[in-house]
Amino acid sequence: MQKTQVIVGLGSCGVAAGAGKIYETLKSLKNADKLDFELKKTSCVGMCFREPLVEVIDENGSFLYGEVTDDIAVEIVQQHVIGFNPVRDYIVKADLFETPDKDFFAGQIKIALRNCGYIDPESIEEYEARNGYKAIKMVAEKGLTHEAVILTILDSGLRGRGGGGFSTGMKWRFARNNASAEKYIICNADEGDPGAFMDRSLIEGDPHSVLEGMIIGAYAIGATGGIIYCRAEYPLAIKRLEIALKQARTKGYLGKNILGIEGFNFDIYVKEGAGAFVCGEETALIASIEGERGMPRKRPPFPAEKGLWGKPSNINNVETFANVPYIVLNGAGSFNKYGTEKSKGTKVFALAGKIKHGGLVEVPMGITIREIIFKLGGGIQKNKEFKAVQLGGPSGGCIPKHLIDTQVDYDQVNATGAIMGSGGMVVMDETTCMVDMARFFLDFTQKESCGKCTFCRIGTKRMLEILIRITEGKGEDGDIEKLEDLAQQIKDSSLCGLGQTAPNPVLTALKYFRHEFEAHIYDKKCPALNCKPLLTYTILPNKCTGCRVCAIKCPVQAISGEKKLPHLISQETCIKCGDCYSRCKFEAITVS
Amino acid sequence: MRVQRLALQLDKNKIAEEVDLNLLNPLIEKYKGKKGNLIPLLQGAQHIYGFIPDSVFRKISDETGVSLSDMYGVATFYAQFRLKPAGKHIIKVCHGTACHVQNATAISEALKEALGVEEGETTPDKMFTLESVACLGCCSLAPVMMIGENDTHGKLTGASAVKVVKDIKTKEIEHG
Ligand SMILES: Cc1cc2nc3c(=O)[nH]c(=O)nc-3n(C[C@H](O)[C@H](O)[C@H](O)COP(=O)(O)O)c2cc1C
Ligand code: SF4
Ligand code: SF4
Ligand code: FES
Repeated sequence: MQKTQVIVGLGSCGVAAGAGKIYETLKSLKNADKLDFELKKTSCVGMCFREPLVEVIDENGSFLYGEVTDDIAVEIVQQHVIGFNPVRDYIVKADLFETPDKDFFAGQIKIALRNCGYIDPESIEEYEARNGYKAIKMVAEKGLTHEAVILTILDSGLRGRGGGGFSTGMKWRFARNNASAEKYIICNADEGDPGAFMDRSLIEGDPHSVLEGMIIGAYAIGATGGIIYCRAEYPLAIKRLEIALKQARTKGYLGKNILGIEGFNFDIYVKEGAGAFVCGEETALIASIEGERGMPRKRPPFPAEKGLWGKPSNINNVETFANVPYIVLNGAGSFNKYGTEKSKGTKVFALAGKIKHGGLVEVPMGITIREIIFKLGGGIQKNKEFKAVQLGGPSGGCIPKHLIDTQVDYDQVNATGAIMGSGGMVVMDETTCMVDMARFFLDFTQKESCGKCTFCRIGTKRMLEILIRITEGKGEDGDIEKLEDLAQQIKDSSLCGLGQTAPNPVLTALKYFRHEFEAHIYDKKCPALNCKPLLTYTILPNKCTGCRVCAIKCPVQAISGEKKLPHLISQETCIKCGDCYSRCKFEAITVS
Repeated sequence: MRVQRLALQLDKNKIAEEVDLNLLNPLIEKYKGKKGNLIPLLQGAQHIYGFIPDSVFRKISDETGVSLSDMYGVATFYAQFRLKPAGKHIIKVCHGTACHVQNATAISEALKEALGVEEGETTPDKMFTLESVACLGCCSLAPVMMIGENDTHGKLTGASAVKVVKDIKTKEIEHG
């Protein structure tokens, strides 16, 4: 009989939720009582909202426990591992029975994430056991030509998952067609969109799939060197990549004459980013690898002609590469059977914000945003009203409630004014102020602009100033038109994607939530009750018990009144910190 | 724009830091003459000293031939590099989209008040430096902060964030 396995999810999200401690608890339980079960590690299965997660696999199948505490860990060991009696209360997913969270997995098709949460990411053997490195082995054994590999990728319809959505097969063909003895293949793991974590989870959970994708890509285009450009904020991802690279070298998947393919010499190294969003742009990324400031340059020449060190280079995103081994091994049809006419396969999304089930999902293209948010995602936290969802982060835009049946498809999403982006989906509810969100994104792009182009450098600054003014209640008639005018000029006269897309969040917010801007400017009101300077705090005399809590804590002594009698807030002195509002236990303070 | 950081970092009352420059030797040995070496050199130096002191810039420049202006150009472009000494524990409060939506501002405000510093500053006892980052990749646990290299805390409130920091401080005092 197979030993019972107890597997702890130790991705960044799990660790942040305390999974490291749970692992130690389980280990000491196992050692103290010399228990006969196998304790293993894996990474994120996507259910971040239920972290820390512990999976128990016994002869009855798999049982996934969520929100595990030390006490629950003890219970799991005693009742389930020793007593063969699963503790149903804490189980969030099981082979044997349905759980309230079943919908989270029901709509998912896992291709890029096929191994995430199922293998120990630090074990190459576990990757191999799940068809890992079989694709590149098949290429070697069958003697598939470069062209055959490129054709498979072309046929699969795979489009770049980094945001642009350019055909991967086509990109590879350009790089292939360039005869040069030296070529590079680069994996873009800069994941700059704040609010997205697909690439981090993927690398942390299944680094070898990215490596294998790169090796296949290198074979297809004839690359001699590979670089993974990973952002420095992801220390765990970098660590796991380094481990994976060492293993792949030992096993001969990297090195000289790989798998006996004569002349196929290829190795990969990790380059740590240094914190600059613009370095996600291809030419800036190359400049950064070369040790320069990450400033974009004019294209053409495209990296496929003149890239890293002046040599032809091909850049793809993490998720793009992770799909490649699966497609090559199972054929183009295994991928393009999912999706819509022009958007094939599956896409990974990182769900965050005011959504109940924040986490990582992989869904077939063509699914509606409603299904993702309300079925897989479980709807809105605290059952509040859904307002909009941001796609594509600071380069994208928001999709409002009335367009929630938009399908996940490059063209359909673009038609709304948002973009597919790399997969970040930040959900906003009635309490999110869209003017403030527009300000937030502009603040980000303004700081991240490399400064090369005047409109991107100064135009974003001017837009930001206007937006700040509006959120402070100092908006003026004509501000909206100024924003629109600046936005157009920035779009038209910026060199790279950062500047060209920076106004998008403002434009979509204006398109769908113009009334919120107008309320701020003309009525000096924030409908979402978010912009502090526009709020008024008042005490309801009939509800106030005169407990004095607010008066004592108010940082500027704006509240006065006698004990046990209704209190009063002096509007001149009040700095709108909201402290009293959150402290009053009698709901005697209102905000408007 | 990115290089605005220069003004913030080149503090008026600059402190002359005494550092052991010999620690740099293996690093310089490793990267000297290699193409694309500048960022790894700076990253390595920051790893050793916690920031990049003036004297380190000069030594690297002298020994590798990279010009000082190139080095400052790169060091001020990337958010990662610090030109001022930092506290023992660096607190990075996430202000990415997801954390912003979940009120990361309140976390920063609470920490500012508790520590008595503004963003980018270090406490007088050199224990904590308060910073903000654009996303730690744990968005589903928003709002999030990271202390040091890998101690991440999620689903924070102002009060719980302050507690985490206070606990560290208590521990530090206990262990001298
Ligand atoms: C400002 C800016 C930031 C970008 N950031 C990223 C990023 O973080 N990750 C990524 O994969 N692509 C990013 N891109 C897109 C890349 O430039 C590039 O198109 C992509 O890596 C190509 O890979 P793909 O074809 O597999 O999508 C960014 C583009 C711009 C203009
Ligand atoms: S558009 Fe902005 S980020 Fe891009 S090159 Fe111009 S200034 Fe730099
Ligand atoms: S905390 Fe509430 S009940 Fe107490 S004095 Fe203030 S308003 Fe009145
Ligand atoms: S937005 Fe804070 S961790 Fe991503």
